[in-house]
Amino acid sequence: MRLTPEEEAMLAGRRGEAARDALRYQLAVGEFFGAERFVPVTNAHMMGDIEVMGDGGLGWLKATGAKHARACVPLTTNARCFDFAHAARLGQDAGEAAKERELIAALRGMNALTTDTCINYQTLYQPHLGEHVAWGDTGTVIYANSVFGARSNFESGPAALAAAITGRTPEYGFHLDRHRKGTLVVRLEAALDDLADWGALGKIVGEKHQNYYAVPVFTEPRRAPVADELKHLGAALASYGSMGMFHMVGVTPEAPTLEAALGGNRPVDEIVIDTAALERVYSGYHLGDRSATLVVFSGPQLSLFEMKALAEAFGDRKVHPGTQVFVTTSHGVKSTAHNLGYLQALESAGATVLEGVCFYILQNLSRMRVANGWTNMVSNSAKIVNIIGAHKFNTVLRRTRDCVEIACTGRLS
Amino acid sequence: MTVPLATIRVTRAFGPVVEGEAVVSTEGFSPRYDLDRWSGLITKPGHKLEGTNIRDKILFFPTAKGGIAAGWAFFDIKHKGIAPKAFVFGVTNPVMVQGAVFAGIPITEGWDPPPAEAVRTGDWVRVDPGRKVIEVLRRGR
Repeated sequence: MRLTPEEEAMLAGRRGEAARDALRYQLAVGEFFGAERFVPVTNAHMMGDIEVMGDGGLGWLKATGAKHARACVPLTTNARCFDFAHAARLGQDAGEAAKERELIAALRGMNALTTDTCINYQTLYQPHLGEHVAWGDTGTVIYANSVFGARSNFESGPAALAAAITGRTPEYGFHLDRHRKGTLVVRLEAALDDLADWGALGKIVGEKHQNYYAVPVFTEPRRAPVADELKHLGAALASYGSMGMFHMVGVTPEAPTLEAALGGNRPVDEIVIDTAALERVYSGYHLGDRSATLVVFSGPQLSLFEMKALAEAFGDRKVHPGTQVFVTTSHGVKSTAHNLGYLQALESAGATVLEGVCFYILQNLSRMRVANGWTNMVSNSAKIVNIIGAHKFNTVLRRTRDCVEIACTGRLS
Repeated sequence: MTVPLATIRVTRAFGPVVEGEAVVSTEGFSPRYDLDRWSGLITKPGHKLEGTNIRDKILFFPTAKGGIAAGWAFFDIKHKGIAPKAFVFGVTNPVMVQGAVFAGIPITEGWDPPPAEAVRTGDWVRVDPGRKVIEVLRRGR
């Protein structure tokens, strides 16, 4: 890779040991991908929690902090594995909670803003067209690339932290024009009325093209989708297909026309999504023992608008005895939802609202599943029904109103 | 030096030379979705390698699935002593590479010929990132 004088100085250790180590690591990654240079980033967003990092990762983080590592661009953190206010009731491990607090302190010591949200793009920072950022998790990246026209690869925790420390990232993947063009076309004939429909759409397309560099171009949406719909679409494409970018003609900034979105590429596939295709997704789930003891609204965290809509969907109804409902959101959204009464409405219906976490990364989730006798997990998030598999849940995707119905009746069909 | 029984050329590669037993999957992989990161067993119900332990194996996967968490997860499983020797991907994503580099685990992407034509689960293989080749040294039983 070609290095600037500033980068040479960093490699020589003139900005300290932590910056030198970070840049060395970034160089190895950049060289793997054939990057020619680094590009400056304005913002970094990292995943870092004890459940994913483990003792080894925490040890590394502390050692890096001791080398005076410091983020030189705004560094925010993704959803984590503890909502401390609920940890004891959920049967989470007190020792791991203490480590999570150490981890948060270590990150703050490096100048990180521990925001604990996977919807930074809705609540914290909206980069502009062409702006280079270093984000993770995958849902944040696909949203940045697709909806804002900003530029990011999937940056794992160590990679996003390194980018924040050095203020740059290797130029490969979605930082380059050539990877941002559409590679397949998806015509939308279905109405797509529910968030789960948008997730199901992402599942169909993602499963068929599991490739980071596959860029679907959606055409002929019946109406302009709202941010939460694009969020569920993107999260599902990233989850099922490992995709980092999509276009929607007339909606996203790099797709004024189909031709512009494809940029001269000949599509490798043309898919039509009609109502029957969506219904096949919903009917494709095994209902296991037909239990309906766990309904989850999470992955990604809910926006304020989703909180409001969910509170209204429950209305005066109550969660069925024996069924548990979990909702996850960010600290800020929960606070505003409290001010506006949506939080109280959800809690009085019997839902547990967790902040700063995502359900699927909750510490101790496998044992929580066993202790509660949960077998099925019902959700309106196509992403979470995919990713929670390692915890041995049988998962079922249902539309939001159906999830509420299942939660209130305890009956799954 | 043993004459390889078969050779696969790879497009991109990182890490030192390693040898180990091959596990060839026809399904993609995510350490977050598919793996129990305490036992090293692939536990996702229905995964084509469900029940397989990845420890010290050389893992062949056609694709990578989802998951920013691989960035920490590979370091975590190495710390726990249950890491594979190397990852061999047909198509991967940046997180797998960032995670493998962070953990110091060899990783490669792109293959010719595809593993189905050259290597079977149980074979003893050598991954040589510097020469960008994977060599089958012994057939498994």
